[in-house]
Amino acid sequence: MVQAIVFLPLIGALIAGLLGRVIGHRVSEYITTGLLMVSAVLSWIVFVGFWGGESEVMRVEVMRWIQVGDMDLRWILRVDTLTAIMLIVVTTVSSLVHLYSIGYMHEDPHRSRFFAYLSLFTFAMLMLVTADNFLQMFFGWEGVGLASYLLIGFWYTKPSANAAAMKAFVVNRVGDFGFALGIFGAFMILGDITFDGAFAAIAGNEDVTINFLGGEFHALTVISLLLFMGAMGKSAQFLLHTWLPDAMEGPTPVSALIHAATMVTAGVFMVARLSPIFETSAVALTVVVVIGAITAFFAATVGLVQNDIKRVIAYSTCSQLGYMFVALGAGIYSAGIFHLFTHAFFKALLFLGAGAVIHAMHHEQDMRNMGGLRKKIPITYALMIIGTLALTGVGIPGTPFGFAGFFSKDAIIESAYAMGGNTGMFAFWLLVVAALFTSFYSWRLIHLTFHGPTRADHHTYDHAHESPNVMMVPLYILGIGAVLAGTVFYDVFFGHGEHVTHFFHGSIVVNEELIDQAHYVPLWVKWSATIAMLLGFAGAWLAYVRDPGLPARSAAANPGLYNFLLNAWYFDKLYDTIFVRPARWIGRAFWRGFDDYLVDQTITEGLGNRIKGITAQVVRLQSGYLYHYAFAMLIGIAALLTWAIAAGGLLG
Amino acid sequence: MNLADHILTIVTFLPTVGALLLLLVPGRGASTDNLVRSIALIVTLVNFALTLWLWAMFDNSNPGFQFVENYPWIGESIGYRMGVDGISILFVVLSAFLLPFCVLSSWNSITYRVREYMIVFLILETLIIGVFATLDLAMFYVFFEGSLIPMFLIIGIWGGARRIQASYKFFFYTFVGSVLMLLAIMAMYWQAGTLDIQRLLAFEFSPEIQTWLWLAFFASFAVKMPMWPFHRWLPEAHVEAPTAGSVILAAVLLKLGGYGFIRFSLAMFPDASLQFQSFVFVLSIAAIIVTSLIAFVQTDIKKLIAYSSVAHMGFVTMGIFAGNELGVQGAVFQMISHGIVSGALFLCVGVVYDRMHTREIEAYGGLVERMPRYAFAFMVFTMANVGLPGTSGFVGEFLTMLGTFQVSTWAAFGAAFGVIFSACYGLWLYRKVIFGALTKDSLKGILDLDRREMVVLVPLILLTILFGFYPAPILDVTAGSVELLVNNFAAATGNVPAVAAMAP
Repeated sequence: MVQAIVFLPLIGALIAGLLGRVIGHRVSEYITTGLLMVSAVLSWIVFVGFWGGESEVMRVEVMRWIQVGDMDLRWILRVDTLTAIMLIVVTTVSSLVHLYSIGYMHEDPHRSRFFAYLSLFTFAMLMLVTADNFLQMFFGWEGVGLASYLLIGFWYTKPSANAAAMKAFVVNRVGDFGFALGIFGAFMILGDITFDGAFAAIAGNEDVTINFLGGEFHALTVISLLLFMGAMGKSAQFLLHTWLPDAMEGPTPVSALIHAATMVTAGVFMVARLSPIFETSAVALTVVVVIGAITAFFAATVGLVQNDIKRVIAYSTCSQLGYMFVALGAGIYSAGIFHLFTHAFFKALLFLGAGAVIHAMHHEQDMRNMGGLRKKIPITYALMIIGTLALTGVGIPGTPFGFAGFFSKDAIIESAYAMGGNTGMFAFWLLVVAALFTSFYSWRLIHLTFHGPTRADHHTYDHAHESPNVMMVPLYILGIGAVLAGTVFYDVFFGHGEHVTHFFHGSIVVNEELIDQAHYVPLWVKWSATIAMLLGFAGAWLAYVRDPGLPARSAAANPGLYNFLLNAWYFDKLYDTIFVRPARWIGRAFWRGFDDYLVDQTITEGLGNRIKGITAQVVRLQSGYLYHYAFAMLIGIAALLTWAIAAGGLLG
Repeated sequence: MNLADHILTIVTFLPTVGALLLLLVPGRGASTDNLVRSIALIVTLVNFALTLWLWAMFDNSNPGFQFVENYPWIGESIGYRMGVDGISILFVVLSAFLLPFCVLSSWNSITYRVREYMIVFLILETLIIGVFATLDLAMFYVFFEGSLIPMFLIIGIWGGARRIQASYKFFFYTFVGSVLMLLAIMAMYWQAGTLDIQRLLAFEFSPEIQTWLWLAFFASFAVKMPMWPFHRWLPEAHVEAPTAGSVILAAVLLKLGGYGFIRFSLAMFPDASLQFQSFVFVLSIAAIIVTSLIAFVQTDIKKLIAYSSVAHMGFVTMGIFAGNELGVQGAVFQMISHGIVSGALFLCVGVVYDRMHTREIEAYGGLVERMPRYAFAFMVFTMANVGLPGTSGFVGEFLTMLGTFQVSTWAAFGAAFGVIFSACYGLWLYRKVIFGALTKDSLKGILDLDRREMVVLVPLILLTILFGFYPAPILDVTAGSVELLVNNFAAATGNVPAVAAMAP
């Protein structure tokens, strides 16, 4: 069954990719989508087993991989509670996105290639979450990176799409640089890079030091930080986030699947999966919290001023990923996974809803050219409202009434508070402020897109229409998830400590004491996120409904701040100046200066000129007759043989 | 006479027999050329089949030399000695595997002196297989140096516009290095009294002598690899060589250096190898980082791939001198994998060169529009070159870095930058050549891969992916011999390998 879940998408990808021309687009679409739905149903069956707590960890060996010396790596599909959660997230969202794409991409001449990539991505993601060792995870990790690269650059004639695709891959590679070193370190210290073996070897190695780059450090801290660098790349955390907004160049279903619901959460999954290692290092956990909190805040500020509807949601994703990392770093891994789970539903809903808007507006993405769409596409509007309510975390604290994001986001904010100390407080306040911003930019998006008089040109506006059912059905299902995912699953992720322990069954570290502390935070803490949300809502109403001239006025009053935010804190410019340009300059210097001038022209040709006379003779021998060459060759071999015989004969 | 006992002699010299056969083909003209091509193809295919048989008969559990033939020639000192172990056998197979592709890829692109071209290639096959299969140092030297001559001719006669300069430069660099090796071989003979590699492996050279011998061998192998900063001849030779020449140069001739490092430097001079470990690490890391950066700013497709070869060979030298099982196994794997991948990349360049007669990156763009199959093949090999897991390119890089990390975190740290940079230049090239809008008029009529080109590229795609998911066929073969080698290395240098010490 596990094999079927993982390999059905691969089969779909191969059929659509290699035979797409033969069997036609329609058949490719049906095959890939159908196989994924089967995979999704099977995943839910597997998950229900773990939900009830009956299922045990499954490990299914597929074949050998790399065996060298003491290292024995095999392709093994491992399913435990954590994996089961990821399985349903990935296969559910992926099958819905496949279905949606049938409608969204119906005019594209390369549809079977698109579906092949989507299925390939799903396969790689499933390999990632079912990994049984570090390296298989790395395989899935880079595999999703490849699929992401291919899908961002799907419209290959657009230079911006090609640039974005490459940027995504390269920035991810920067993270993988750390991931790879982390794996090397784990192997050196723990002697094994299968998960079970490595975790078992932690005991007894807690205090081991490693000599890394000349310094003597606590080994597991170094390893955790290096591994976390990989997570930062994949999950677009602060400093390595620059690729995610650009990735919006890809088709919108791709943004929903890869750049919101699944791939970007791989970093969160990784830290949770490796929680036994991270638990050994307070330093590493602190770093995770700080990076997560800064990302949540930073991305939310940038989201405030973006005009492209997809970019707003992209920065929102970046910000929400920061929330997840804060929970992980606070030691309450289940809360991070909870948010990952709920976020997948409502963020996929928002992206696909945005796709429906873009579809209705004939590929217009700039919100400045929208407005008033509520009347034209009321169902999409309603679904977007549900997504927004879930994202901003609407609910009544202390009751089981609320949208999905309400439970998981509050869980994280309470976790940060419960963590306490300077780090915990720092994270807590940044997250609360970020919640305010989240609410603001989310409602700004709704107001600009759906409310008020329209700013679109008449033709486009008049022809705006609801999307076909094949696109709306996935939205309904995700809408249900965005409403219910929080309240239904609250107990197993963040309910009573014992329940959480029972549910996760050892697949991640569960600290019951910390969870209980998070439950008994002061009342004002529990309400803080809700109040922030209300303030953000009020602010958006003020600025975009009550007094629509306000944003332009305040932007004009603070041009420095506005441009700083609009340009995402100028990270792209900064990286271009300190990394890209110098790299090209150094490359050119070594090529023209060192290789060509020094080595070639000065040294080699200098020597060459000395023997130019001889060379000139030889060149004349370039007579064109082969026997001349053959003859020269024979002389050469004869000379060598002569030496051999002479040396051997004389000396032997 | 049992055929199996002489299998190495057969696979080594069968191509020469084929070359003689070609001399006997009468006449000139197009029909003769086709006959010549067919004969060359058949000979190389038969030879490849024989090496597969050799591989099938090879006993993985025996770490020593197999299929040994040992006839004294000049006293006991020089003999006709053949034999392969787990380290060398795969290079024999690789060489024989690639030759049919060279013949096929030259089918239409070589139009003049076809007979001579094929003869030179067949002789080259004898020489490179001989390098790997011989167990006598004098024969090794003859094969090693001899392989220069056909390559010199291939570049110099069938090469591009600046072929003469390139071929001389090629010869000049490699020959200077090997003069020193010749002196070292003489010195070894005076020390050990034999040139039998098996006996030399058991002989313990004194540490002082080792230093000098190591340096002399290094001069030759470092140029051959090539290691930074002795690499300048390679881009030029690649650019001027015909496609098949580039393939064999990148895929096999560079491996002579790596093989030499393992067989001689590491195995015979362990103390010196340890002594020079940091030195090699520095040059390897420089190769990985500097040449990757240089590759990033190239304007010529072949030069870019040539520079990336230098960077990939950096992983090999680093892994070899890490001196542990992971590093050396990784290095061998990386060489085999690079043989397949870089060979395939040069074949890919050949495909578009045959159509457009330019290697300028700027002259291309948007090829995927007209050549989807080509785009797919090029994607697979680019990803393998970038070291994506699931392709053969990953396994070697990973193992060499993993092995090196145990010895030097600095070296592994530096090498890991290659992971980033290879993505930069690899994807940049792909984007410039394959992606984008097809706007250039000259490209509008370009045709996708024809059947002959598919026959060449599809097997390479399959192998690249197969060895990425299932590298066992290679790793199982090399395991025994490499284990023996690193144990000897550890014993000689008094170092217990870090991995063994770490195992619970």
